[in-house]
Amino acid sequence: MSAEGISKFDLVIAGVGGQGTILASDIIGKAAVKENMSVRAAETHGMAQRGGSVVNHVRLGCELGSMIPMKGADVLLSLEPSEALRYLEFLSDDGTIIVNTDPILPVTVTSGQCSYPDVDAIIAKLEETHEVKAFNATELAREAGHPQSMNVVMVGAVSNYLPVSVETLVECVKELVPQKTIDINVKAFEMGRSVIQG
Amino acid sequence: MSTREYMLGNVAIARGIVEGGGQVISGYPGTPSSEIIGTLAGMKERDFYVEWSVNEKVAFEVAAGAAMTGVRSVVTMKHVGLNVAADPLLTLAYTGVKGSMIIIVADDPSCHSSQNEQDTRRYSQFSLIPCLDPSTPQEAKDMIPFAFEFSNKVQMPVIFRPTTRISHGKSDIELGPVEETRPSAEFVKELERWVMVPKNARIQHPRLLESQKIMQEELENSPWNSLELTDGAKVGVIASGIASVYAKEAIVKQGTNASFLKIGTYPVPESKIRTLLENTEKIIIFEEMEPIVEEQVRIIAQQTGSTVDIVGKIPGPVPRIYELNTDICADVLAEVLELERPDVPAEVAEDFDYDRCRIDLPMRPPVMCPGCSHRASFHVMKKVYGKDAIFPSDIGCYTLGIQSGTVDTTLCMGGSITVASGMYQAGEKKPICCSIGDSTFFHTGMNGLLNAIYNKADITVTIVDNRITAMTGHQPNPGMGKLATGESTIEVSLEELCKSMGAGFVETVDPYDLEKTEEVFKRAKEHKGTSVVITRQYCVIDAKRSGIRRKPFVIDAEKCVGCRLCVNLGCPAIEFNTTTKKASINAMCTGCGVCAALCKFDAITEVKK
Repeated sequence: MSAEGISKFDLVIAGVGGQGTILASDIIGKAAVKENMSVRAAETHGMAQRGGSVVNHVRLGCELGSMIPMKGADVLLSLEPSEALRYLEFLSDDGTIIVNTDPILPVTVTSGQCSYPDVDAIIAKLEETHEVKAFNATELAREAGHPQSMNVVMVGAVSNYLPVSVETLVECVKELVPQKTIDINVKAFEMGRSVIQG
Repeated sequence: MSTREYMLGNVAIARGIVEGGGQVISGYPGTPSSEIIGTLAGMKERDFYVEWSVNEKVAFEVAAGAAMTGVRSVVTMKHVGLNVAADPLLTLAYTGVKGSMIIIVADDPSCHSSQNEQDTRRYSQFSLIPCLDPSTPQEAKDMIPFAFEFSNKVQMPVIFRPTTRISHGKSDIELGPVEETRPSAEFVKELERWVMVPKNARIQHPRLLESQKIMQEELENSPWNSLELTDGAKVGVIASGIASVYAKEAIVKQGTNASFLKIGTYPVPESKIRTLLENTEKIIIFEEMEPIVEEQVRIIAQQTGSTVDIVGKIPGPVPRIYELNTDICADVLAEVLELERPDVPAEVAEDFDYDRCRIDLPMRPPVMCPGCSHRASFHVMKKVYGKDAIFPSDIGCYTLGIQSGTVDTTLCMGGSITVASGMYQAGEKKPICCSIGDSTFFHTGMNGLLNAIYNKADITVTIVDNRITAMTGHQPNPGMGKLATGESTIEVSLEELCKSMGAGFVETVDPYDLEKTEEVFKRAKEHKGTSVVITRQYCVIDAKRSGIRRKPFVIDAEKCVGCRLCVNLGCPAIEFNTTTKKASINAMCTGCGVCAALCKFDAITEVKK
């Protein structure tokens, strides 16, 4: 849980280098600033970008450091199933996990050094301790117009939890995605938002 | 209109340089410092000069020269880069500057993307150059205009030391006004000051020592240090730089009744430390990496005869390695003050690891991109030189070739050719083939190659030339014909450069052409003396951005016999199904065609449309 007076809402975004975790966190961070909230965020750059595991922290209404303490996050937003497990330690006991069920196999798996766990087993494991919203966001993104808009589908999904208005978030989606992909991304956002509302 | 913007710490620092009226900005890329120059160079309208230099020492000297003429200069680098620039640093302290100079050195506690985690504040102590240590991206931006002014006032360069979490943190940033005045450049000859022959250096050293007291007093009362004395608190917490936000959050979470001293400058604020010592019984000190503040506090306590209990790293519960965070600070407070950790049960905090999930997670290491030509270069190198050969390497994307078995050493920028030479000169009989990137070669590899050729080292030097400084985010270098700002310039020929140093064997190949590359490496291996093979192919990310489109490849499942030759290449686009024993190519394929050239069964072909 985000501590009183330090942060209003703590969000961890996990994923794989290249999935667009930074853009996802930028949309949320920028929207919060538009609504006059102070924001602190930390992101992964450099080595881990090259297909490695990446994690971003976003703290809304926070005046101190950008790093969310262990068991501090209100929501864990994972763009890839196995990465949800990798960063589970940041999620508070009553926190929620929103997870894309479409796996990305690391090179250690494709080359046969490791095996990738069964996705259903990952979800079942997450459900043992937390509320889980799992769906194939990559598929939804494809329906919206391009698989690359998966990160925006996930932003749409988490929008149901954020202390930021939907209008501001959509405004920031439009400002931050490439001009010619605005329609696809707005659709992706809406699809992600409604999948959680059920 | 709102003057608050959401920005990356490095972008905020760049904004600080603009607000402070920076005029000459130079640097060499290095994570986490690179986006500062990237941001400035990308500005459409600018009234400052900005360059990527070939290495940190060069960049430092460019900025120093500018500051000698009276203008405001900045040099940027990462912590290990300061080792390269240490030579001018220590002497510039003696000469000082006439205008203003900020030496931005980004530290990387926890080695997120570095070969060590050295603490730049030690260089500040060592060189006697003052240092500013921001705790948030906002403070980082605000410190820059202050640093220009302070540097000019005391006529000394100032070290500015963000850490990864500042440089790559994001925050809402309150923008400030932009300084409009620009001092003009005018160098005034003052031999005693600018020419550090022994006679003059002997005069400057005592002057430098005397200036410490003045700088300490000036910084003591700057906004970057603050002391909050809490009524009735027996405990005092001192925290510096980014550790101060972690410590603050831990104090709030733990409900600790403590006085708090935040430190953001070196030399440290001595009077504030003395006041805190007089008002507490126990002091806990949080700082990342080296116990620099702690050493100062212990010295002041000893000088003042204070009996306050000082808890930190020497020895103590605060770790001297890796990053700090709120949890570590809360744990230390809990341990020292014998409190509970109400938010996290101790057993969870200590035991949490992936085992708790009881599902084995596959490792996801950073790898070379699908289609990266370095993979092909390494494949051929290994084939020609053999598994027993020694492959010294360097710092860049190609360091990820560690998984290809072709990276046996990585010491520092430019260290591959020299390490290879040293091994040969030591009498090593195994074949030695080292690798170095184009940007790294221009950085400090050139000197090593000259030395190897001159001293007759029988080694092969592979320059893996992907036409860009890729690892740090695609900065240009002298091999590209392009400046930091995108403007055209001369394009240095690696071939001519190596030949002019006296290399008897210099050949350039396209590493995607495996056959030709193998033939060239074979001849390089036979060559007596230093041979140079330049494997040249555009970085795949850069190629895609510049519109180069190649057709992806596909594996014919009927022809695939499951030999795994293509899989062993380690390309993320090639998958292997252990049930069907067939390889397949996924959507990440960029169409380099290297796997197709490898396949002995003609099972891999270009996708036809």
